[in-house]
Amino acid sequence: MNNIKYPFSSLLLVTVFCLVSFGLGGCGPKNEVPGKKVVTVWHWMTDREAVLVSLADKYEASTGVKIDFELYAPSEAYAQKVRAAAQGSNLPDIFGVLGEKRDFAAYIKAGHIADLTGYMEENNQDWEKRFFSKALAVNEFAEGNAYGVKPGIYGVPIDIMTIMLLYNKDIFREMGLDPERPPATWEEFLIIGKKLKETNRQGLVSGWGEIWMIDCLANDFAFNIMGKDKVLATIRGEVPYTDPDWVRVFALFKEMQDAGLLYNGLISMVNKTAEQLFANGKAAFAFNGSWCVNVYKEMNPDLKYGAFLPPRVSDKFTVSVWGGAGSSFMVYDKSKNKEEAIKFLKWLTDKEQQALLAQETRNLPANKESIGKISPILAQFSSAMEYSTHPSIWGVSEFSPVIEAFDKGIQSIIIGEKTPEQIAQEVQKVKERELAKKR
Amino acid sequence: MRLKSTLENYLFVLPAVAIFSIFYIYPFLQVFILGMYDWDGISIARTFVGLRNFKEIIFQDPVWWHSMLQAGWITLIALTFQNALAFLLAWACDREIRLKNFYRLVFFIPPVLSEVVVGLVWQWILEGNYGLLNHWLVQLGLPQLVRNWLSDPKTALNCVAIVHCWKGFGWGFLIFLAGLQTIPRELYEAARVDGANAWACFRKITLPLMVPVAVLVGILTVLGTMQAFVLIIAMTAGGPAYHTQVPVLRILASMRGSSRFGYACAQGITFGVVLVAVSFIQYRFSKKSQARGA
Repeated sequence: MNNIKYPFSSLLLVTVFCLVSFGLGGCGPKNEVPGKKVVTVWHWMTDREAVLVSLADKYEASTGVKIDFELYAPSEAYAQKVRAAAQGSNLPDIFGVLGEKRDFAAYIKAGHIADLTGYMEENNQDWEKRFFSKALAVNEFAEGNAYGVKPGIYGVPIDIMTIMLLYNKDIFREMGLDPERPPATWEEFLIIGKKLKETNRQGLVSGWGEIWMIDCLANDFAFNIMGKDKVLATIRGEVPYTDPDWVRVFALFKEMQDAGLLYNGLISMVNKTAEQLFANGKAAFAFNGSWCVNVYKEMNPDLKYGAFLPPRVSDKFTVSVWGGAGSSFMVYDKSKNKEEAIKFLKWLTDKEQQALLAQETRNLPANKESIGKISPILAQFSSAMEYSTHPSIWGVSEFSPVIEAFDKGIQSIIIGEKTPEQIAQEVQKVKERELAKKR
Repeated sequence: MRLKSTLENYLFVLPAVAIFSIFYIYPFLQVFILGMYDWDGISIARTFVGLRNFKEIIFQDPVWWHSMLQAGWITLIALTFQNALAFLLAWACDREIRLKNFYRLVFFIPPVLSEVVVGLVWQWILEGNYGLLNHWLVQLGLPQLVRNWLSDPKTALNCVAIVHCWKGFGWGFLIFLAGLQTIPRELYEAARVDGANAWACFRKITLPLMVPVAVLVGILTVLGTMQAFVLIIAMTAGGPAYHTQVPVLRILASMRGSSRFGYACAQGITFGVVLVAVSFIQYRFSKKSQARGA
């Protein structure tokens, strides 16, 4: 063995090569076309990929600027990718932020997202005026916001959504109910639940295994029972979750369960399963967002259904639904192609492109001038925009552990494990713990 | 000359050390360091909080310890039920039986299937309204047993544990079978000449010689099962309520749900320490048993 001549310098070279290769391997190449500007867009919308690519081709043909749409799905993986890219300051020219307003604010404060206010206000607010105000509000930070972000508009809404209750008209007809008259009050809703139980039919389906949708319906009820101010006061820590109004909100879920309104196994259901069940006529009600129109069309084109606002529990305050911007795009502040990226987003939110997006993907357009070209069911979702609200526009955010305790608590109520009063106390305990930590 | 030789030797191991350091030691240290910060994973600024995250995990996060207990329960079922099944099937396939190669293949199918696919298929089987299991129960005249298996807090965790065992027993089977095949056949022949029956051969030869293999399978089972989460996401997403939550799901919840990267890193370190401690205890315990046996 001692006679073997070690290739010392070669070995050193190989080692250095390996290390350099590994070191540089993570730095992905940028899409560059010689002599041509390329704007890269990262998105997560599998259902919109084809139409976005065709729009990109159209844009390139008219301007010479290539738009490179890169799809990363599912949305959880996309969110992780954006977060990792932000850490490496390697974000694309245009991207979306999936998450809570708090995350959006963190990206802005880290200098990753461009302030678009000036562009929106150019030419007598030409760009800003195109959008539904609530769609834009989701991308806006107001004066004195709780996140410490400089006031302004930081995102461009591509489409809007509202989350509503849906009912199957055929099942209503079979039960002897008026298929054009969904329940308007809580009492009417419970009576239908009893009828469903008597006729051995299943009630409401939704993605309540992915808990955020429980939160959504619970907040709809909370706004109706106690009004926006009290809900926000609770988030600020001024009203406890043990307040009778909140206990009433929790109790509504028990009442729904007792009345037979909830599908058996609802709490471990993902939204995709819920969509399949509703589309196949296995459930009388669904709680879903306006994106479902496209999904149901694909699953069962003959499905006859309508959308309605959550039934009124109280007459004191108006009923609310979650709504606003469905998907938004942000511009990377450090991008070399920032101006090109903004120009493209202006073009993408033009009436013509928005109408095409709405027609092809059956989503509600963010441009209010394109709303005339939508189907009747989408129009029902669209009409709910006036009742819409969203945590992103509240100006305050609830602590995530509180949201989790709240939603998991409702699951416990539905399975009969805990009472509304117990859950109210447990949620308040988590809230106090988080407030103490903040102090 | 000696210096050059020493340097050359170090140079040979340098690539391995460098790769190990870059991909294992450095990330581990980074995770530990991040565990001492309050950080949302996006902001440039991080707030140093020392050991506060660890303190919160240990004293103020009951859900974390509840999830640890639940993972422990699944692991206990895997250690007993899954490994006993794996050993018995390996023992059967090691004997001269017909179609033994076919069985070997069949028993190894579940581990190679995607966890998401397995989770979704079992979710469909266990579904409360149209599920196959409930259908069979009704057909067999046992309608009183019909239930919503994955939404019922009494059954959800055990269902997840059983599916995990079904999915994972093939690995144990393979290792046990390899272990059984290393036992010299002469030992059995000699024992038979001395008048030992099949049970005596099993008790006096097979079992003692399989102890090291069982230790290995046990440690791998603990490490694999405690870290299970894909199957659980596909079957129950951690619900109903907190009834199928496991530590990895809690770490994910801290990262994605709460954007508390620092806290999630601290959870990861705590979890790692627990796993190393359990594996170490298991190893020491088995060493002692082996020494006593010898």
